[in-house]
Amino acid sequence: MAKTSSRDRMSNEINAGSMADIAFLLLIFFLVTTTIAEDKGILVKLPPWSDEEPDITQLKTRNVYSVLVNAQNKLLVRGEEMDLDDLKDKTVEFISNPYNREDLAEAPNKAIISLKNDRGTSYGTYLEVYNELKAAYYQLWDELSRQKFGIPYSDEMPIAQQKVIKGEIPFVISEAEPTSFGEE
Amino acid sequence: MSKFQKKRGKAKPAISTASLPDIIFMLLFFFMVVTVLRDAELKVKVTTPYATELTKLEEKSLVNYLYIGRPEAKYQSVYGTRPRMQLGDAFATVDDIPLFLEKHKVKVPENKRARITSSLRVDGEVTMGIVQDVKIKLRKSGQLKVNYSAKKRPQ
Repeated sequence: MAKTSSRDRMSNEINAGSMADIAFLLLIFFLVTTTIAEDKGILVKLPPWSDEEPDITQLKTRNVYSVLVNAQNKLLVRGEEMDLDDLKDKTVEFISNPYNREDLAEAPNKAIISLKNDRGTSYGTYLEVYNELKAAYYQLWDELSRQKFGIPYSDEMPIAQQKVIKGEIPFVISEAEPTSFGEE
Repeated sequence: MSKFQKKRGKAKPAISTASLPDIIFMLLFFFMVVTVLRDAELKVKVTTPYATELTKLEEKSLVNYLYIGRPEAKYQSVYGTRPRMQLGDAFATVDDIPLFLEKHKVKVPENKRARITSSLRVDGEVTMGIVQDVKIKLRKSGQLKVNYSAKKRPQ
C-alpha cells in the first residue's frame, strides 16, 4: 500500500522542462528593453557664484596659461595659435617647467590655467580642450605618484595620498565669462 | 560499423537539463541588475562627444540629468531647430533649473545631498552659448558638482 502511494507521488511531479523557456522569455525581454548604463564623463567642480568678476590682474603673467577657443573652434594659447594635439604636452611643460624657464610657471602649485571661449564655440571642441587640460594634470599626477608612492595615479588610491598629490599640483582652471561672439 | 551500433544501443542520451533554468535565471538577474530603464523619453537629439579622461558616476540616485540638444524632427515644427534644454521629460528654459534641482534634492537623504551631481548630457554640435547659461544658473543655484557626459574614445 505504502509502496504504491509513494509511486503515485513520484508521478505527480510538476514538469519543470518549460521553466527554461519562461526564463528565456524574461531574459530576452530585459535584453531588448534595457540599455547598459554608460554614464561616464568629465567631472568638474564649478566655482561658487559671485557677482564680482575675479581679478586676475594681480597674478604674475608667467603663472597664467591663457587658452582661448574661438567661434571657429581654433585655439589661441598665450597669444599664439596652437593645434589641439600639442595642447597637452605644452600644458605639462608649462606647469612642471622642467628647465626653470622664465616665462613658464614658477611652481606647479602657482600655475593657473585660464580658459575662455566664445558663445559660438562648439561644445565638442570645448570639451576636447578641457579633456586635454585634464589629461595634462593626470599625467603630472601620475608621474608624481610613481615618484612618491611607487604606484600609478588612479581614483581608487587612498584619499590621503590623492590629497598629497593634489596639494602639490592643484588643478586650477579658471573659466572666464565667454565673449558673445558667433552666437546662433 | 558494428562498434558504433553497439554503443548507440547502450548509451542513454539524457543530459539533464534541470539546471538550465538556473543558468538562465542567473543571466536574467545579471541583466536586471546591470541595466537601468530610461525614465524619460528624449525629445532632443543628444550625441555626446568623445573624451579620454572619464570618471564613472557611482550612485544613480544622486544624479540628475540635463539634456541639451536640437529638438528631434517631430518637435521641430513647434520648438524650432535651435538648441533647447530638456529637464525630466519636457522642454524647459534655464529659469526652470532651480525648481528642477530642488525637486530632485528632496528625494535624496539629507546626508547624501552634498554629493548630488548634475550630469550635463550635451550634444557635441551645440554651441557653448546655451551651455554657458545653464552653467551660470547651476552656479547660482549652488549646484557645483557637474559632469560633462562623454563617451570613451575608441583607440
